[in-house]
Amino acid sequence: MEQIGVSRDDHPRDDHPEDDHPEDDHPADDHPATRKHKAKDEFIRIVNLRKSYLMNGVKVEVLKGINLSIRKGEFFGIIGFSGAGKSTLARCINRLETPDSGKILISGVDILKLSKTDLRLARRNLGMIFQTFNLFEAKTAYKNISYPLEISGVSKTNIRKRVLDAAELVGLSDKLNAYPGGLSGGEKQRVGIARALVNRPDVLLSDEATSALDPQTTLQILELLKDINRTTGITILMITHELDAIKYSCDRMAVLEDGVIIESGSVDDILGNAHSYTGRLFAKVFFEFKKSVALSDGAGI
Amino acid sequence: MSLLDTPLWDVLVGSFAGDVWERILPAVIETLYMTLLASSITLIFGLILGVVLTVANPNGLIPLKGLYTGSGWIINCLRSLPQMVMIILMIPVARLFFGKSYGTNACIIAIAASCIPMYARIVESSLLEIAKGKIEAAKSVGSTNFQIVFRIMLPETFPSLIRGFMVAVIAIISMTALAGMFGAGGVGDIAVRFGYQRFQHDVLFAAVYVLIVLVQFVQFIGNFTSRQILKRRNLV
Repeated sequence: MEQIGVSRDDHPRDDHPEDDHPEDDHPADDHPATRKHKAKDEFIRIVNLRKSYLMNGVKVEVLKGINLSIRKGEFFGIIGFSGAGKSTLARCINRLETPDSGKILISGVDILKLSKTDLRLARRNLGMIFQTFNLFEAKTAYKNISYPLEISGVSKTNIRKRVLDAAELVGLSDKLNAYPGGLSGGEKQRVGIARALVNRPDVLLSDEATSALDPQTTLQILELLKDINRTTGITILMITHELDAIKYSCDRMAVLEDGVIIESGSVDDILGNAHSYTGRLFAKVFFEFKKSVALSDGAGI
Repeated sequence: MSLLDTPLWDVLVGSFAGDVWERILPAVIETLYMTLLASSITLIFGLILGVVLTVANPNGLIPLKGLYTGSGWIINCLRSLPQMVMIILMIPVARLFFGKSYGTNACIIAIAASCIPMYARIVESSLLEIAKGKIEAAKSVGSTNFQIVFRIMLPETFPSLIRGFMVAVIAIISMTALAGMFGAGGVGDIAVRFGYQRFQHDVLFAAVYVLIVLVQFVQFIGNFTSRQILKRRNLV
């Protein structure tokens, strides 16, 4: 069912009648197509992940048993409305949040079972970029990018080379001496991406990384991420509420609603075979798409 | 010269006379000495205590409820004592350390006991204001807690730590003046002995000038450096 060669047109296909495939409701790893690939290229596997918070003494379950599997080198999108738990899910993967139960396997290693020291080392292999960029304002762009290397004991000459490489990759070589306070949103996110990539991680987690940017900058950043994904083979997990962003960049996607993954599969499949929930999102996208056509005469998403 | 028998203007003019300043100069040096030493001690221990409070906070890097509530309780106790009561309370402690309960060194203990908790609270509130995302970003690249504190939290909040420290230094200056009443010497001692006990208001005025200039200078230095740093970081 993967990548059935449908051109990525801007309209969901109509050729699938409204047949509610039972598979559509299943998490990715129960999907026959996914199962077939599992042995070969399954890279991140999330099994029955649960997480709840105490809110005013009441236990609120945010993730209600997430099952997901992501392949090596793919650009995977997770979409959901706010409150669906998508940010929590991303933050569980590098254990910024500690889940209640479940497993997160990255190349077979359960992140949730790592000791503190091992977790620290594992995090160096899991780059993360944020909606609010979270740059260190006391450091120049250069120092922001070099920080991950400095704390992992890389030699000075090596640091310089790798920082310059990373800066070149994100197209920021001329702004390295600037402080984040003097950079635009897009430039800040480029520094964030360079900082996340400088340790040469296998995975890049993007937690709403384009949500604070204007549409044009969003496109540039998505283009950059796609490029990095293609050239370095890094696995990107993108959390977003913008379906446009996923349509634009992802190979496969999952739809998160109320702490459960209600659909997952290739972007083309899900777009063509809309579950009612996804339909709601599409309606929004269509609306925005119409606006963007009017604005940019079809040059946009 | 006293306001009891001399017009205000003459006392004001008289307060700039050479002999007044000759008398007050050693006291100024004592005040500067006390302020400098007490400020350094306050800076070091206040920072340590403030960092401990922040790190041990229930939402902090290493939540340690016992340490947090314990040190918070001690700080509140020390802060609830008025400065004067603290000076009296520390007299036996000073005797234990220095063998005498008066003098500039003895009063530094009381000043430290009173101002360290204050600066610790200022440091804590500065450090708590740092955006949570920055700490998460530091975590996400594999920082140790030590690295987060010393390479992220303290540099990020540096301008606000400076401004807070100036608040503490000014409190220290005011406390050295108070300590003058209890045998610590300094400008406060001059003000009490000459201005209060002998009605030599020209000397009192001179002491007031010194304190005003000192506080203004401290505040200026604090504002200036913190502003320079913010400017360099493009944040103002």
